[in-house]
Amino acid sequence: MSSIKKSVSKLFLATIGMFLFGFALVPIYDVFCEITGLNGKVTGPTFSEYEDIGNREIKITFTTTNNNGMPWFFDSDRPQMKVKTGEQNLMSYVFTNTTDKPMIAQAIPSVSPGKGAQYFHKTECFCFEQQYLEPGESISIPLKFVIDPDLPADISSLALGYTLFDITKDQMMKQASN
Amino acid sequence: MSAVIEGHHDDHHHGPAKGITRWLYTTNHKDIGSLYLWFSFIMLFIGGAMAMVIRAELFEPGSQIVSPEFYNQMVTNHGLIMVFGVIMPAFVGLANWLIPMQIGAPDMALPRLNNLSFWILPAAFGVLLATFFMEGGAPNFGWTFYAPLSTEYAPPTVTYFIFAVHIMGASSIMGSINVITTILNMRAPGMTLMKMPLFVWSWLITAYLLIAVMPVLAGAVTMMLMDIHFGTSFFKAGGGGDPVLFQHIFWFFGHPEVYIMILPAFGIVSHIIETFSRKPIFGYDSMVYAIASIALLSFVVWAHHMFTVGMPIAGELFFMYSTMLIAIPTGVKVFNWLSTMFKGSLTFETPMLFAIAFVALFTIGGLSGLMLAIAPADFQYHDTYFVVAHFHYVLVPGALFSIIAAVYYWLPKWTGYMYDEFMGKTHFWLSFVSVNLTFFPMHFVGLAGMPRRIPDYAMQFADYNMIVSVGAFLFGLSQLLFLYVVLKAIIYGKKATGQVWEGAKGLEWTLDSPPAYHTFETPPNLEAGEAKG
Repeated sequence: MSSIKKSVSKLFLATIGMFLFGFALVPIYDVFCEITGLNGKVTGPTFSEYEDIGNREIKITFTTTNNNGMPWFFDSDRPQMKVKTGEQNLMSYVFTNTTDKPMIAQAIPSVSPGKGAQYFHKTECFCFEQQYLEPGESISIPLKFVIDPDLPADISSLALGYTLFDITKDQMMKQASN
Repeated sequence: MSAVIEGHHDDHHHGPAKGITRWLYTTNHKDIGSLYLWFSFIMLFIGGAMAMVIRAELFEPGSQIVSPEFYNQMVTNHGLIMVFGVIMPAFVGLANWLIPMQIGAPDMALPRLNNLSFWILPAAFGVLLATFFMEGGAPNFGWTFYAPLSTEYAPPTVTYFIFAVHIMGASSIMGSINVITTILNMRAPGMTLMKMPLFVWSWLITAYLLIAVMPVLAGAVTMMLMDIHFGTSFFKAGGGGDPVLFQHIFWFFGHPEVYIMILPAFGIVSHIIETFSRKPIFGYDSMVYAIASIALLSFVVWAHHMFTVGMPIAGELFFMYSTMLIAIPTGVKVFNWLSTMFKGSLTFETPMLFAIAFVALFTIGGLSGLMLAIAPADFQYHDTYFVVAHFHYVLVPGALFSIIAAVYYWLPKWTGYMYDEFMGKTHFWLSFVSVNLTFFPMHFVGLAGMPRRIPDYAMQFADYNMIVSVGAFLFGLSQLLFLYVVLKAIIYGKKATGQVWEGAKGLEWTLDSPPAYHTFETPPNLEAGEAKG
């Protein structure tokens, strides 16, 4: 009955393979989103000096949202600004822990339209860090960014949205399991 | 090539063991087939009772019978039970009964694995149903369990749900390994792949689909488990994950899954239509290729379930066209069934009635599927009752009718007794009328904008919802009649002949009714009889 054994072991391997493939979908999805700018995902800080800085004026809108149940005050200094492509720009955001407990938060960015996400370069940004604030503490954190001169001509405005998540519980869980 | 049973045992002519241990320890494909079918029958009534609760609540606008929280639990568990507890086990039961007899094999290739894959199923559903009695209640996030509903906002019982899904998945995978191994290695000498009965073909392809996607589902629920308990962030936006990723992984499993629930039905209906048309199936080869191409296409259409998540236009177009492409092989099958009936000498026994209703009503479900495939239109239909109407048309008068047809068609073979033809036909007509009464008006309220999964609705949908509820109650009661017909056949039925149906062809009809406990211990000679089903 070796032909049966052969079939079974092949099918068993296929099952394991598909289970692993399910997990492989996670990085595949991230890479795919990065290439296509899907979901407005922005990659880490990249910066290069542009020879041709272009001369286009782009309107940037800043939105902030608190995720469900997140009590902090969180806003940008100004709701909008006009910037030139290729130039360094600065915007600051205020975070205030309005509760009486120390909390950890994480802001997750998204650029819209998604097609423009890969041309929005952040050179210094709080979105890669977790914010720890004592009760009542307030800080202002800068965001430095450059708009790539290669930004497609049909895009004249971009929106940068931040959603603030409460990750205190997750961080505690991580520490507990370590 | 084919592995024939070697080495005869000493206890050669043993029958089934006595008492409960016969069922607990059985490795006989016929016993396990019956176990699967009875299990699925019981789950049909449990899942059906949940549907009755849903329709009772929706009988009138406003909130009257159950709380919205409990309504969500009903919707979720109705879906889970009908998909994983009724349709899939019923098809596996039919596969167990029929595949060895149709290919002339003595049993399934892996009889002990077969026993295990059945007996972990009641455990899985025991775990799932036990959550109703736990703190926080049963899963309430819909059968598609989208994150973060099923992770951050889920009741604590979600962990039981995850383990139940793992067990169901393991059962399906073991069953599929068994089916493929049996079909590839144990066919009677002379039965080439392109001479296999269509039910066997449809199951071979279904089993491959199961092996490809059930592990992905297991991966998805494992990621949920880790997000909930181990602080990972696969689907948590706050930790850098993405809830939309969940939908992609789920539907990468989910779309092939919906074909898993319909391909064996195609096989069943092909056998019944050719028997009662007294003609061989029209276009056997194209039937096989159509099933195979539907199965292959099912891997590249998943995102049509999520047109509204904000895909780029290129993605919308790709998934729209690839989805519409599936209409071609499906159309080939429908026309082949019609051509088989064309100029045949038709008779309309109960299985044939259910099979013809399948062809007609499944086609309605297929056409509303085409409407949903149009991406811009889907923005209007998404998450409305139009979707509910669509998938119930393909699953109830589609998959479920094919299972009922199969039971009527093969019951005399399995038990040795004929069912009551008059009662069978009564069951058919009651089911046929009530199924349309239930699901057809859902198209209208859906197009008018009634959202799914909500326990209340606006006044203008009241009339149609009342009609739907009446239809649903009638359909539920009709299935009690089905139970009665089956029991009556087993207890009081007239003896059936070996061939049972005048036009029936295929190896299983060359056996006695009921077949001996062990059949085809020496493989049949295909040159003498007709093998093609």
